Formats: sequence, structure tokens, C-alpha cells
Amino acid sequence: MVTAMAAESPAAPVPVLALDRVRFRWKRGLPLTLDIGGLAVMPGERIFLHGPSGSGKSTLLALIGGILLPEEGSVSLLGTDLRSLSAGARDQFRVDHVGFVFQQFNLIPYLSVLDNVLLPCRFSKRRRTQATAAGNTPAQEAARLLGDLDLAPALHHRPVTALSVGQQQRVAAARALIGRPEFLVADEPTSALDAERQAGFLDLLLRECDAEGTTLLFVSHDRRLAGAFTREIALGEINAAGRQGEA
Amino acid sequence: MANLLSIAIRSAWHRRMTLGLTLVAIALSVALLLGIERIRHDARESFAQSVSGTDLVVGARTSPVQLVLYTVFRIGDATNNIRWDSVKKLAAHPMVAWTVPLSLGDSHRGYAVLGTTTAYFAHFRYGEGRSLAMAQGRRFDGLFEAVIGAEVAAKLGYRVGDRIVLNHGAGEMTGTAHEDKPFVVTGILQRTGTPVDRTIHVTLEAIEAIHLDWAGGAPIPGMAIPQEFVRKFDLTPKSVTGVLVGLHNRAAVFRVQRQVNEFKDEPLLAVMPGVALSQLWGMLDMLERALLLVSGMVVVVSLAGLVAVVLAGLNERRRELALLRSVGAHPGQVLLLLVFEGLLVTAGASVLGIGLLAAASVLLGPLTEAHFGIGLRTLAMSADEWKLVGAVIAAGMAASIVPGLRAYRLSLADGLSPRQ
Repeated sequence: MVTAMAAESPAAPVPVLALDRVRFRWKRGLPLTLDIGGLAVMPGERIFLHGPSGSGKSTLLALIGGILLPEEGSVSLLGTDLRSLSAGARDQFRVDHVGFVFQQFNLIPYLSVLDNVLLPCRFSKRRRTQATAAGNTPAQEAARLLGDLDLAPALHHRPVTALSVGQQQRVAAARALIGRPEFLVADEPTSALDAERQAGFLDLLLRECDAEGTTLLFVSHDRRLAGAFTREIALGEINAAGRQGEA
Repeated sequence: MANLLSIAIRSAWHRRMTLGLTLVAIALSVALLLGIERIRHDARESFAQSVSGTDLVVGARTSPVQLVLYTVFRIGDATNNIRWDSVKKLAAHPMVAWTVPLSLGDSHRGYAVLGTTTAYFAHFRYGEGRSLAMAQGRRFDGLFEAVIGAEVAAKLGYRVGDRIVLNHGAGEMTGTAHEDKPFVVTGILQRTGTPVDRTIHVTLEAIEAIHLDWAGGAPIPGMAIPQEFVRKFDLTPKSVTGVLVGLHNRAAVFRVQRQVNEFKDEPLLAVMPGVALSQLWGMLDMLERALLLVSGMVVVVSLAGLVAVVLAGLNERRRELALLRSVGAHPGQVLLLLVFEGLLVTAGASVLGIGLLAAASVLLGPLTEAHFGIGLRTLAMSADEWKLVGAVIAAGMAASIVPGLRAYRLSLADGLSPRQ
């Protein structure tokens, strides 16, 4: 469907994420976990995806990350059907184009703050090239992002274990954004923060996504945060499998 | 690759406490393995170089190994002697440069007594052509003078000028003493690490002299020739146990050997000492291999410890592995990360093990030299030792494939979010 649309109107922008009649179940014989007719995220969108735990959020993220493949339908990122890529190529595609922020324990404990931010540049030439496009070294670019996310230079070479949870989440955001990936997927990034810091983190994240031109998919069970986004999607509504399971 | 290696280094450093203990265990096993290999090599070397520069050892006909056993190692007894005129004919052979007659059979408190000539000091070589040197005193000159090996001097506490009495026959308790004819120690040889250290050297004539009043291995009743009168007798030996032979030209060794073996006057045997020594060492091969096998097994056990420690720690690292995947690491790279970790630990352990061995050689070398005659002098690694180290590191990497595969499966199953 998506490719057909693109063919009809070449000027139309390619969706960052497109799900087309996606069905997924963990094992043959088990009920479907996901059954999504269609979902498209266009460049520049700020999507708030919410759903209760057990509604298939993790599974959806694994499909978007190319960790899992649907048994039917297609998951496309930037016009590329992930099924058309080998497992290794999907790993590469993920780091080239998508940044992830998780709920907590986002950072590798034995790397410094700066080295954690630089990790995508180690695994992706594309991210490294884009990080240095403005004439910065990757380390300078990482320091710039950390500064934008209110992390003082004094913290950059500290071990990550010395940071507060809120600081750690901002380091994770900097890592997800370095090298300007087209897509940022944040999976409950504020759940471990208190209400005051949640708003602060969200503001910074949205500001940086705007600055870097990154499309954002923000997954949360907390609908109070939804106001800051351009579109709100309830996973329970687009996932037919969840409704069947409940019925 | 370089990225993964640097991540592996920092990850390993982060867990340096647990990995460090494993590393020390592997280092000890590496030191043991290399130590055994080195002792094995040094022992073989000093064994093979118990005698050098001698082209042929000649004795009465027996087996080559036996001839070398009693002429070089003073182990066992000669079944037959060779006549003195055969020795003279051998010495007169145009291809023979020098001969050193050896006469064995007596002992002193368990140490062999060797009757020989001063040619022994001139021509006997050990190691890589090293000649005997005096630590104290001088060579024997007179009839009842003795030059003793370093171990004899050290163990029995003898000094130059001491008087010693020889016993008839070999062994600690056997034989009757030649009490009437004591010897004076005139010299002590420097340590050689060869059977020379355990030998008392006297002149051929002295051996003849102390047996003047003996027949058939016992003193002749009623006959006692006092020490001061023996010079009145002809002390030319009637026979000797063996002869060391040096040739003008080593290339002639096979010809001379054949001629000796076909000697008409009496049945003789000539052997090339190197050949007989390696035959002899071949008999000890099993023991040598068993030692190496045991130390190899110690290494395997220590590597099993490494695998166990890394496997046990893997569950706590699932989050780390998932994060690496989220920034683009393939499961294959996760496997490689674990293999690098094994490489780091075993390489570090090898370096530490080599250091430990060097330290042990420096500290314990003098002790082992004194007690076993093995000096552990070499500090440099031999090619064989490097091969062993390489094998240990390769085995460490191979063993790390086990936790590597586990990590591979975990990171495939967990994807971006481990179910903890």
C-alpha cells in the first residue's frame, strides 16, 4: 500500500515508519499479539503512543527495531521494508536510522558519559559522518548535545553510575540523537522520573528533536504527557489482536 | 573490530575483581605449564650434553645404552673390561686424535670413583663444548691424589687437603674399604650439572695400586702392601672399563666405529654418545609426556574456571548486551565481544604467568641447581614455549565461544528489552 502510494505521487514524502497489515504472534499456535491494519508516521511528526502494559508495546518496538519480523504484512522504515534486509543488515539499518531511549538502565556502566553518547558512532559510519558534518569531531558533537540537554561538561567524563536517573535519561537522549538519525523511539523514558523532572525531560527531548529534525515516537502509559505531541495513538485502538484477546 | 576490542577491554576492566581472580588462576597454570616445559627442556639438554666433544665411547661388547650408562652416568657395572693393549692400539690409530681411558668399579660413600689420566681434564667436554675447570686446588699429579666433583664436595663437606678412603665396589654400603691407602683431595671441580659433579677422579695407576694386594674382589689374606711401597710395582693398568675417543676428523666417525666393532683381538663396542643418549632419553619420553599432559590438564581446568565465571556473570549483563544491540551490534559481534574477553584474560594471564616463571627462576634457580643440577638459568622464552603460550591463548578464545554462544542466543532472544 505504502509503496503504491509513493508511486502514484512521487512528491509525497516517504513515511518514516509504515506498518501495513502487520500480524505477529510469538509462537505458532499462540493467539496473535499484534494485528495492525496500518500505521504511518510522517517526517517531523511527534507521536504519542499509549497503551496499558501487555498491549503489545514491546513487541511493536521489536518489530520497528527489526529484531522481530511480522508473520504477515510489512514494517517499513524510510521506505525500506525490513523484511527485505538480512538480520545483519537490519542491525545496521537500525543504528543508521533509529535512536532508542528506554525506560531506565540506558547506559553501559563501564563507559564514560561521553563514550556512551558516542556508541552509535562506533557502530555506524553514517551516524559518525553526520555527527561530524558541521565540522565537529564526534566527541565535540557529543559534548554539544550533552550541553544542549543541560549536562555540564564536568559530568562528561564521569562514570555513568555517578549520575542521577534524570541525568542518565538525558545522556540516553543525547546518544539517541547523535549523528541525526531520522527516527527516535522513546520507550517510557520518563517512567523512572518524578513528575517535575518528567516535564523537564520531555521539554528538552522535544526541543532537541526539533533542532535535529528527528521524528519522534514516544511510548508511554501516562496520557498526561500527550498534550505536547502532534498526534496521539492508542495502541489498543489500532491493534485488533488486543481487542480479540480481551473479548 | 577495534571498537569491539576497546569495548571488551573496558567491560573486562569493569569486572576486574572476578575476572582478576580467574586471570591469576590461569596465570599460575601457565607458569606451571611453562615451568614444566622448561625443566623438561633443560633436563633433556643437560642430559644430552652430559658429554660432548667425544666422538666415540669404546668399551667391551654390550648394549650401546648400557655402555653409555656406566661410562657417562656411572650407573650399573661393566660386565667386561677392555685390555690395556687394545687401548694402546686404539690410541695409535691414525685417525684418533686423543683417548681418555676410564676405569670404574670403586666408590666413596655412594659416589663413583673414576680412574683416568690427565688427558681427561684436557679433552672431556660437556654442554656446548665447555671444558672442566677447577673451583679450588689443582689436578691430580701424584698417585694418591683425588679431584672431586662439585656435588661430592658440597654434600660431603670436603675441602682441598682432606683425606678420603675409597671402597671396593659401587654403592653406599657395599664393598670393603681400601683403608690402608687413603687419598688426598687436591682439587674440586666447578659445577657442571653432569655426572662429573658426582664423581671422584683419581689416576689409573692409583686404581691399579689399591688393588695390588687384591684378587677376585677381596684382599688377598696375609698380603698387605703398604702405601709407600706401591711405587716399586708396575702400575700400568691391565685393563680399563672404557675409553673416550676423539678423532682428528669427525667425518671419519663411522669408519672408526666400524673398525672398532670389527676389532680382531677382543670384542669391542664403539658408540656415538649422542645417539646412545637420545636412545636413553627416549626411554624417559613417557614420563616427560605425562608431566606435560598433567600441566596441560591444569591449564584446561583453569580455563574451565574462566568459562564458568563468564557464564555466571552473563545474566547480569543482559541489559548491557541489549543496549549494544540497540546501537547496532549484531549478535555475532556480541559473540565476538565474549571471545575478545577470553583473549584478553588469557593473554593477560600468559604475560603474568611468564613473569611469575621468570621471578621463580631468579629466586629458586640457585636452589634447584644445588639440589637437582637443573639451573633454570634461561629467562628468555624458547620457540616451543611461545607455541605453548599461543596454544593457551587460542584455547582461552576457543573456550570463550561457550559463553559467547550463550550471549549470542540471549541477545537474539532479548532484542532491545531483556526479560529479566
